[in-house]
Amino acid sequence: MHAPLPDSLDPVVLSAAGLCKSYPGVIALEQVSLAVHRGEVVGLLGPNGAGKTTTINLILGVLSPTAGSVRIGGIDLALDRPRALAQVNFSAVYAPLPGNLTVAQNLRFFGLIYGIPRLGHRVEESLRQFDLERLRNTRCGVLSSGEQTRVALAKALLNRPRLLLLDEPTASLDPAAAQTIRARIRTLAAATGCGILWTSHNMYEVEEVCDRVLFLSQGRILLEGDPRRLPREHGAATLEELFIRLAREPLAQAMESTG
Amino acid sequence: MRMKPVAGILLRQFYLLRGSPVRALPMFAWVAIDIVVWGFITRYLNSMAAGRFDYMPSLLGAVLMWDFFTRIMQGVSTAFLEDVWARNFLNLFATPLTIPEYILGLVITSMGTSAVGLAVMLVLATAVFGLPFFSLGALLVPFLLVLFGFGIALGILASALVLRLGPASEWLVWPLPALLSPFAGVFYPLATLPRWMQAVGHLLPPSYVFEGMRAVLAGRPLSAASLAVGGAIAGLDILLAAWFFTRVFRYAIRTGLLARYSAESSA
Repeated sequence: MHAPLPDSLDPVVLSAAGLCKSYPGVIALEQVSLAVHRGEVVGLLGPNGAGKTTTINLILGVLSPTAGSVRIGGIDLALDRPRALAQVNFSAVYAPLPGNLTVAQNLRFFGLIYGIPRLGHRVEESLRQFDLERLRNTRCGVLSSGEQTRVALAKALLNRPRLLLLDEPTASLDPAAAQTIRARIRTLAAATGCGILWTSHNMYEVEEVCDRVLFLSQGRILLEGDPRRLPREHGAATLEELFIRLAREPLAQAMESTG
Repeated sequence: MRMKPVAGILLRQFYLLRGSPVRALPMFAWVAIDIVVWGFITRYLNSMAAGRFDYMPSLLGAVLMWDFFTRIMQGVSTAFLEDVWARNFLNLFATPLTIPEYILGLVITSMGTSAVGLAVMLVLATAVFGLPFFSLGALLVPFLLVLFGFGIALGILASALVLRLGPASEWLVWPLPALLSPFAGVFYPLATLPRWMQAVGHLLPPSYVFEGMRAVLAGRPLSAASLAVGGAIAGLDILLAAWFFTRVFRYAIRTGLLARYSAESSA
């Protein structure tokens, strides 16, 4: 299992300050600042095109910001990319693992890329943790979407990240499997101090899993708070109702909130 | 530079080759066909020359060396294309892997795959067609090294072009050696070419190898300085190609090309 991080470590595992990303004629992200603390699960919510994936790509270093900075575990991504990225991992449906490698081969491959010590032992541990032992020699390309999600999560936890980015991790899982994954992720965050940034369109899930949510729309953070209290604070019955309202009238709602 | 990530790139290519005979076949099938076709052509030309000239070393030897260079170049670019085909850039480059580590992994992969091709070609050419390849003696080492260096440079350049222009530009990779071959003097002395083509030829390291090889086979002294120039250009080409790849990678990160690459790969 994961070893808890020493208390002396910086409590902020992710700190993004003033992130902007623009393309000719398009502002994808505007002055987004966010932090994720040790053991905290932060939900990144927003309608399609709000800037969630852009934010995740900026944190993963596969996209560079027009302005702003990203620090992972106190290390500036722009200044020391390898050391910063050694502390982070991710799982996203749009980034499937190579389908022509088996489950065990994928874990060994990425294990070496992350420079994981005692890799053989760690791979076996991950296979057990995500019930993948019987699939170890199956190519990832022929797995069901639920099984692929489990492999992606196993890969995402392989390097014992201090920061984990999960882009709709339960989108293709049946309710029972999704429940199990949510419970595991919550346990992981509590036991290891891993900070998690979680995107989802399932508001029930967000309420269950996230300690805090950030609502992103048109490249800006509109709201931030406890997902169980936010709806009441903004005159909505549920988080889903608040989500729909913000998605339809983001700017008016933002002005109302700040006013 | 850390060696574990480099080993990771190698291990992945090993898994792919081991798991798919279709991938392993091109390592020796095409070079074997080339040697057989050119071996018989050379045999026919020798019979026409009736002992006045031996085409075997200058023609079949040149085919073998050129195929070796092509395999090196394609070894690098094919290993890179595996990541394009698997839509793996996001997984790969959101890790601590650095560009030098990635490129070194591709280069070592290519060394392995092209060594297999070279061995197959040597066995076929010497055993079946009696190519006196080893008559070049120790000179084989610098000849092969220069071709190896330029093959690596061209492979990295081709990979950078695919990264920059998108997955659909894959077709650009394959004809690159054929585009260069008229200028490199593979089968004829550079002096045969018009002046402007000679000028281009002098910028290509293989031209120094093939000129040197012809000199040795004709019993003339080899110009070590000339071969050293070829080696220096190959070394410079590797540095330039690696610099260009890094520049393209930074561009891909700045513009969002890398993040979008998965979507374009599947389009």
